[in-house]
Amino acid sequence: MGTGRLYVAVAVGGFRRYATYRVATVAGVFTNTVFGLILVYTYLALWEERPQLGGYDQAQAVTYVWLGQALLSTLAIGGGGFEDELIERIRTGDVAIDLYRPADLQLWWLASDLGRALFQLLGRGVVPFAFGALVFDVALPSDPVTWAGFLLAVLFGMVVGFGIRYLVALSAFWLMDGTGVVQMAWLLGFFCSGMLLPLNVFPGLLGEIVRVLPWSSLLQAPADVLLGRADPLGTFAFQGVWAVALLAAGRLVQSAATRRVVQGG
Amino acid sequence: MTGGGFIELDRVEKVFDVRKKTGFLRWERRQVRAVDSLSFSVARGEMVGYIGPNGAGKSTTIKMLTGILTPSGGRLRVAGIDPSRERTRLAHRIGVVFGQRTTLWWDLPLIDSYKLMHRMYRIPDARYRSNLEQCVELLQLDALLDVPVRQLSLGQRMRGDIAAALLHDPEVLYLDEPTIGLDVISKARVREFLRELNTERGTTVLLTTHDLQDIEQLCSRVMVIDHGRLMYDGPLAGLHEAGESERTLVVDLERELPPIDAPAPARVVRVEGPRQWLAFPAAQSAAPLVARIAAEYPLVDLSVREPDIEAVIARMYADRATA
Ligand SMILES: Nc1ncnc2c1ncn2[C@@H]1O[C@H](COP(=O)(O)OP(=O)(O)O)[C@@H](O)[C@H]1O
Ligand SMILES: [Mg+2]
Repeated sequence: MGTGRLYVAVAVGGFRRYATYRVATVAGVFTNTVFGLILVYTYLALWEERPQLGGYDQAQAVTYVWLGQALLSTLAIGGGGFEDELIERIRTGDVAIDLYRPADLQLWWLASDLGRALFQLLGRGVVPFAFGALVFDVALPSDPVTWAGFLLAVLFGMVVGFGIRYLVALSAFWLMDGTGVVQMAWLLGFFCSGMLLPLNVFPGLLGEIVRVLPWSSLLQAPADVLLGRADPLGTFAFQGVWAVALLAAGRLVQSAATRRVVQGG
Repeated sequence: MTGGGFIELDRVEKVFDVRKKTGFLRWERRQVRAVDSLSFSVARGEMVGYIGPNGAGKSTTIKMLTGILTPSGGRLRVAGIDPSRERTRLAHRIGVVFGQRTTLWWDLPLIDSYKLMHRMYRIPDARYRSNLEQCVELLQLDALLDVPVRQLSLGQRMRGDIAAALLHDPEVLYLDEPTIGLDVISKARVREFLRELNTERGTTVLLTTHDLQDIEQLCSRVMVIDHGRLMYDGPLAGLHEAGESERTLVVDLERELPPIDAPAPARVVRVEGPRQWLAFPAAQSAAPLVARIAAEYPLVDLSVREPDIEAVIARMYADRATA
């Protein structure tokens, strides 16, 4: 009970922190909208050549693009999550301060990142998505249950995204220069989450693989729930398994890292 | 070691394994003995200064006392608790301020960090409110509560950090260089507050610094550490004697003159144009010396420089080595 209130407070703080950067938010909305436009016209050209590519019709492909823009910063697929800050704290040794507090490092950052994600969804996601839905022909469900399922899939996506980035950030305990790892992870995430192209477009074995990797929980899973192309319960189960596995791995690495810090490595 | 102290260290050691790159794929392993067979005891309610030059092992000691570093050897207890084994339990009973780091939430108003402490330490609501009120008043944080931490000056931030460390009523407060980089007024405020905290609430305070004035104004007891070893533990006056430390009188004369003829043991150590530097024992008052120079020389201006702690310790160290 008492612990719950702490992490709620941390999440609220995470939300409010990002809310203080109004100019950055407006700039982000603008960027996402422009990006979305470029991608939409690319997709439309592509779908003109190959109708029903990946099983999507044109309206679904366009919806997918705007969904991607709405979730890009929410799920920190293009960077910009908590990980830069944690890596910096590890590098400067400030992370030691976090350790003497009576709070759990992983839950703390999870709460803070969920607060951030929620702000990004509302502050940066909604406007480009609404713009896309108004200007283009999109395929949106009218059934509120589908929307609820979609939001739940996004929430799962936030946790999986956190799980991946937490592991990436913790690598800074062992690597002097974490920027290489962060950039690799960013590139991999951009590709494997379906941010460039929907994962069901990928052919053969490559397609099979990217669809079972954790990144497919981020964009592809919520998109397929919204577009009515995936069974919601099966999707939640898939995302849930990855979330639990990644959080558990994070805990293991965290305790190894903590041991290292208290020994003074 | 008699036991019974609130903070007890018995031959505590901390050795760091440092790997240094010496060439392509070649690493050299070296051991740094940051704290070396350190023993001391601090009673409840004491206010102790912990001083020493850079790299002496002060921060390492504080980190071991909070439990975020495990000693390599020896025995360490705070309130009967082994910090590195029960870090979280101890956390509720100690407060820590690191001068060069902040525990405050950078982008958010100061008050948000305090609300977080409220939850983190599960401070009862009434207790939290009265502690906050008291800290806000004594540290003059009133106008700062709604200001984002990143907009605070260093001195304001430090006061904010000290308040954050005290909301959960810790029995002991460790401060690692709390006055570093602060202006004179901020330093004075911080010192004033710490004195009150210690006398009114009876909080045990352990303060590292390399500003001797912090110690002079606050602590009846001082411990000096160098190269991880305890060089001195006792009253400040004794430190000056032990280190035979000297203060410096800087004198500006009207014109260039031969070295001032000062009564021993005071003596001129440097002359540069009309300015002269005189060294005299730190334990001795400057007044007679000043009076004499003012009477016999065309004096324009003068100032007294406190002994440099590094110099005091260096001299102590040299004494030990030759003794
Ligand atoms: N994590 C660490 N790894 C290796 N060496 C360290 C570490 N922390 C401190 N040291 C070394 O230990 C010695 C004491 O450092 P420190 O306690 O920070 O000194 P002080 O706070 O008195 O300036 C220094 O030589 C420092 O370089
Ligand atoms: Mg230090």
